[in-house]
Amino acid sequence: MRVLVIEDNRETAQFVQRGLREASHAAEIAEDGEVGLALARAGGYDLLIVDRMLPHLDGLTLIQTIRAEGNRTPVLILSAMSHVDDRVKGLRAGGDDYLTKPFALAELIARVEVLARRRQPEEQTTRYVVGDLILDRLTHKVMRGSESIILQPREFRLLEYLMRNAGQVVTRTMLLENVWDYHFDPQTNVIDVHISRLRGKIDRNFDRPLLHTVRGAGYMMRDGVE
Amino acid sequence: MLPFAPTAARPARFWRTTTFRAAAVATLALAITAFLVVTFVTRATNDAMSRATISELDREGAALHRIYGRGGLDQLLRALQGRIDAGDMHLYTLIDADKRVIAGNLAEPPAFPVDSRGGGTFRYRAPKDAADMPERLAAGRVFALPNGLALTIARDIEPQRTYLAATNRTLGLGIALLALVGLAAGVALSRLILKRVDGMTAASRSIMAGNLAERLPRTDTDDELDRLAASLNAMLDRIELLMAGMKEVSDNIAHDLKTPLNRLRNRAEAALADQRGGPAWRAGLENTIEDADELMKTFNALLLIARLEAGAVENTKAPVEIGAMVEDLAELYEPAAEEAGLALEWHDAAGAPVYVRANRQLLGQAIANLIENAIKYAAPGDDNVAENHRPTISVVLTPKQGAVEIAVADRGPGIAAEDRDRALRRFARLEASRTKPGTGLGLSLVAAVARLHEGSLRLEDNRPGLRVLLSLPMMAAPVTGDAADNEPPREEGEGAWRKAQVN
Repeated sequence: MRVLVIEDNRETAQFVQRGLREASHAAEIAEDGEVGLALARAGGYDLLIVDRMLPHLDGLTLIQTIRAEGNRTPVLILSAMSHVDDRVKGLRAGGDDYLTKPFALAELIARVEVLARRRQPEEQTTRYVVGDLILDRLTHKVMRGSESIILQPREFRLLEYLMRNAGQVVTRTMLLENVWDYHFDPQTNVIDVHISRLRGKIDRNFDRPLLHTVRGAGYMMRDGVE
Repeated sequence: MLPFAPTAARPARFWRTTTFRAAAVATLALAITAFLVVTFVTRATNDAMSRATISELDREGAALHRIYGRGGLDQLLRALQGRIDAGDMHLYTLIDADKRVIAGNLAEPPAFPVDSRGGGTFRYRAPKDAADMPERLAAGRVFALPNGLALTIARDIEPQRTYLAATNRTLGLGIALLALVGLAAGVALSRLILKRVDGMTAASRSIMAGNLAERLPRTDTDDELDRLAASLNAMLDRIELLMAGMKEVSDNIAHDLKTPLNRLRNRAEAALADQRGGPAWRAGLENTIEDADELMKTFNALLLIARLEAGAVENTKAPVEIGAMVEDLAELYEPAAEEAGLALEWHDAAGAPVYVRANRQLLGQAIANLIENAIKYAAPGDDNVAENHRPTISVVLTPKQGAVEIAVADRGPGIAAEDRDRALRRFARLEASRTKPGTGLGLSLVAAVARLHEGSLRLEDNRPGLRVLLSLPMMAAPVTGDAADNEPPREEGEGAWRKAQVN
């Protein structure tokens, strides 16, 4: 995957670049808004990581400009501006996700991968399958092998999100954002407990676990061992 | 030099006071009015009296003219003598063409300037008066008779003059008295107010000098100065509270950040001691990141509170169905509560959906904080509590008059009544909870969010335990449409999902 990092703070930019490279992605850096815009227009990127406050051209204007030109490349906004409406402004301008500085590298990589994957034409599939686990989005039925699994509505959404992003790391924050639609940092282990409940329903009585914990990052739905 | 360094106290003089100036102006205005009124009345009276005298003189002149016309000089002389002998109040002088006095009771003809109407005033000495008596004032007219005769008829107007003089004297005296009393009252009044203002000035100088506990003096009269002092005192109370809060915050920041920073440093140092890549090296770095994240959380919470207290989230508010939100959050925390050995119960006492105008993220975080607090402080130490004996955390939504109240109650140790105010302040971690993890900003963040939504936060005794009441103004009717939701819609709408579940 080719990522363009538009970020004027050299240290942050290189930190992100190094992280992306370690996760086997190509990353280029643009240190100001105008260069960033020119590179983004040239195209060929799977994802843009855009800082909000940039020299010459600010991040939001940059995003609005490329969106107005019909460029649909996914954009992750990376910003120190964390006030309640900064996020809304960022997403309204055409960003696809918003991550506040300071951030954990694992969180950034997880979001980048999920975002870039979403770029592929949004599957209109009604079923998600991981191993012998099947989730039917229309009937709201979940089967593991031949066994029917009863889930609470929220557990269903949680599993749905995990399965849609199967093979990708999803962080606790991503789960809280996408399944519960809240953006705060919970102080306790709320998400972990939900995951362990879900795991109890879909994994406990089966020999092969599908829902894995990724240390220091989050969770991943995956069939088999790597 | 400090910007509010007290200037050398200059003793205030009463004539520099507003009160004295006001009294002086009022006195002056009153004096001018009195002068104008009295002068006008006197003038009018004097004019009326003068007109009466003149017409009387004219009548007498006409009568004597007729007598002369009928009976000649003899008749005139007789008539004059008769009038003089009868003690007539008039004065007469008849002179011939050679200016010789032929008859009359005036010693000499008056030498008054004769105006167009042939008359004027003059001073004379009455024939019967002694020489040392003062001259009297008279008004007279000259009538020309045939054969060069000139008859002067005059009338004593001394009483009128005396009256005028007396009136003028009284007027002057009255005005002087008025000015005296008015200015004296002004002085007394301004002294009185000056004394009180001086008291206030002294108190405020003392406050400026750093004595924040000082208050402006008050009397028991509840007059405007008292009310001013009362409201200034209330302001000082608030400032003192804020200052105390600031001091407490900085003390607590120092305390609460020093410990994790110290730990962070020690861990980094311990990690350095291990060889690169060793297990302790790795664990040390991981713990360091964890500690840094905790510190960051604390700073973020502080920053958020500071921003919330600065206001300005109005344009991010939208109708939020509070029942659904509380249910979502209760459901989010229910497993965590159970894990902690607690039962989380949720009850909506409203029959129909209730809406509030809120920033969904902030309100959600506030309610989540309340539930997290309850879990943190009410968790039983013993994990092996039988399922049906678990202490309960209850979340209850109750619609009140125009408001909706969210009560989060636990069976934990609670907060003593005298500590409840303090618990809502930034960083106020009551001693009992200092050992528990957390930023100590939870409740003050909730309080800030409540204020931002025109709501309130109250702590109560749950007998036993703590009950936190978050009250928010209810919306009359939900506004549908693109009422600026906090987030752009996600690919699968929450609403659609809800509906699917209901069906």
